[in-house]
Amino acid sequence: MTQILFKNINKKNLHTLEGYEQEGGYQGLKKAFAMKPEEIVEMVKASGLRGRGGAGFPTGLKWSFLAKDVFPRYLCCNADESEPGTCKDRELLQKNPHLLIEGMILCSYACKIETGYIYFRGEFYDLAEMMDKAIAEAHEKGYLGQNILGSGFNLDIHTHLGAGAYICGEESALLNSLEGGRGEPRMKPPFPAVQGLYEKPTVINNVETLCVVPFILNNGAEKYAALGTEKSKGTKLVSVSGHVKKPGNYEIVMGTTVREIIYDLAGGIRDDNELKAYIPGGSSVPMVPADKVDTPYDYESLQAIGTMLGSGALIVLDHTVNVVETSLRLASFYMHESCGKCTPCREGTRWMWQILQQIQTGKGEAAYVEKLVDICDNMSFKCFCPLGDAAVAPVLSSIQNFRADYDELIEKMTANTAV
Amino acid sequence: MFAFSKEAEKQIEKILKKYPEDRKRSALLPLLTLAQRQERHVNPDAMREIARRLDLSPAYVQSVCSFYPMYSSKPVGKYLILFCINISCQLNGCDELLAHTAKKLNIEIGGTTDDMKFTLHREECLAACSGGPMMRINDTFYENLTVDKIDQILGSLD
Ligand SMILES: Cc1cc2nc3c(=O)[nH]c(=O)nc-3n(C[C@H](O)[C@H](O)[C@H](O)COP(=O)(O)O)c2cc1C
Ligand code: SF4
Ligand code: FES
Repeated sequence: MTQILFKNINKKNLHTLEGYEQEGGYQGLKKAFAMKPEEIVEMVKASGLRGRGGAGFPTGLKWSFLAKDVFPRYLCCNADESEPGTCKDRELLQKNPHLLIEGMILCSYACKIETGYIYFRGEFYDLAEMMDKAIAEAHEKGYLGQNILGSGFNLDIHTHLGAGAYICGEESALLNSLEGGRGEPRMKPPFPAVQGLYEKPTVINNVETLCVVPFILNNGAEKYAALGTEKSKGTKLVSVSGHVKKPGNYEIVMGTTVREIIYDLAGGIRDDNELKAYIPGGSSVPMVPADKVDTPYDYESLQAIGTMLGSGALIVLDHTVNVVETSLRLASFYMHESCGKCTPCREGTRWMWQILQQIQTGKGEAAYVEKLVDICDNMSFKCFCPLGDAAVAPVLSSIQNFRADYDELIEKMTANTAV
Repeated sequence: MFAFSKEAEKQIEKILKKYPEDRKRSALLPLLTLAQRQERHVNPDAMREIARRLDLSPAYVQSVCSFYPMYSSKPVGKYLILFCINISCQLNGCDELLAHTAKKLNIEIGGTTDDMKFTLHREECLAACSGGPMMRINDTFYENLTVDKIDQILGSLD
């Protein structure tokens, strides 16, 4: 198994500067500073690395979109990790904070940035404190601060804590939150690369994305691009949760099949039950039935079966599950997390929750399922930010694939009232 | 009256250095977090004090504060238990364990014990999904919970 991010992840002192250096940490910096910033951007482009936060946008391309000659510029690392099912960034932050720092240094040098922020979700208070320590260590060693390793390049990195709102993971809401405002999304364009933090050009990348960069620098773009499929390069951390014997974060090479992840890495289904469905990329992507278990885990293959790779959270459901309960749980989540700025999402998520609640508690009627589909239709592509579409995904896909689960609950009720 | 502790003052100094001088407003969430941790809630006095420090209006501070669920208007217990009820934890039986915890503490979900020791909240995903069912008590994550484990954890807190 090729390991890039999780190589030595369980080594005891990896989280310390010393432990990280023993594994070759910070070795790439000297090499990087001998290169032109643009060359590093090109290198990341050539590696094929795509954003690991959810949208899968090519990282090098994103960096090259920064408004020309406008300074200062900022880097914001997205450590909000709040997509249900996702727990990979937390493991990276906890066990290898210096890897992120090195990735941020390389990105900042490439993009001519002198200030970086790491936006942690508020519940990561302890991780932010650990990161503060790691930043201080790196400073002491001259990897951060003024004139890093005599290169003339300056960089400071600061931690910043949110306060518990899922929407703050969305990049423009994150910027508003970091500026001391309510975490509501902004209109795009302008995109952050043109007007981001404090109206300045800003790069926003996920923790995992930035953690890949040191490998690319040390080993070359080709080494990275040699892994994976034609369009999905490299490795991906997959958070496997739900009904598997060995839940956990696994690093896979892109294109490994879902079957291999569930049955080989995660040990198969609990009690050797039957697989019913899986959600491949966190709660915001459509669920798929078990007969699609041989799909390769990469952006294109998952898209081809009507779902998405998303944040890389594989949630596994066995045959004991009635998907109405699953949809209800997620509908409740999106209702809570809707920021309330636009009507289709604010109202739609509430209606979805109410109807699902009725069905789940045996008060459903046959027409309710059509009503749900209708609400989904009224939300899809009509909301201000992607949260609205995210809320639709679990509900609509569960109806499309497992209509019988809905009918079963509704019929049971109709039968009861008939007596 | 609200006043930041000495320890908090030291942190405020550090916090203010993180942002450009004309962008002090960025320190709003970090300062609210300090107040929440110090008093276990954020009251109007604290909001006024934070507004004063950051040259903001108290109304603005209030409007931002109310957006974020981690700031509470009523004091929470010494131990704030956030129990994840989202999908991965639900698939692994968090509902029964949450009910058990509420019963054990003899409070409703969302409530606080009379001695102000425990507050119990339902929480959305806390990024420990492969360790579900899980809860966070103050800053500590507890994963792979069982009834026995919960009893033992609660018993160990004084
Ligand atoms: C509702 C919503 C929540 C999001 N939450 C996160 C998150 O917790 N972490 C993250 O890295 N990206 C999250 N994103 C994606 C970000 O908006 C952004 O695309 C990402 O941070 C860019 O980094 P990348 O290109 O490295 O993936 C979220 C997006 C939406 C619409
Ligand atoms: S889609 Fe939902 S979260 Fe996004 S802006 Fe509209 S109300 Fe807010
Ligand atoms: S679903 Fe419970 S921690 Fe993610």
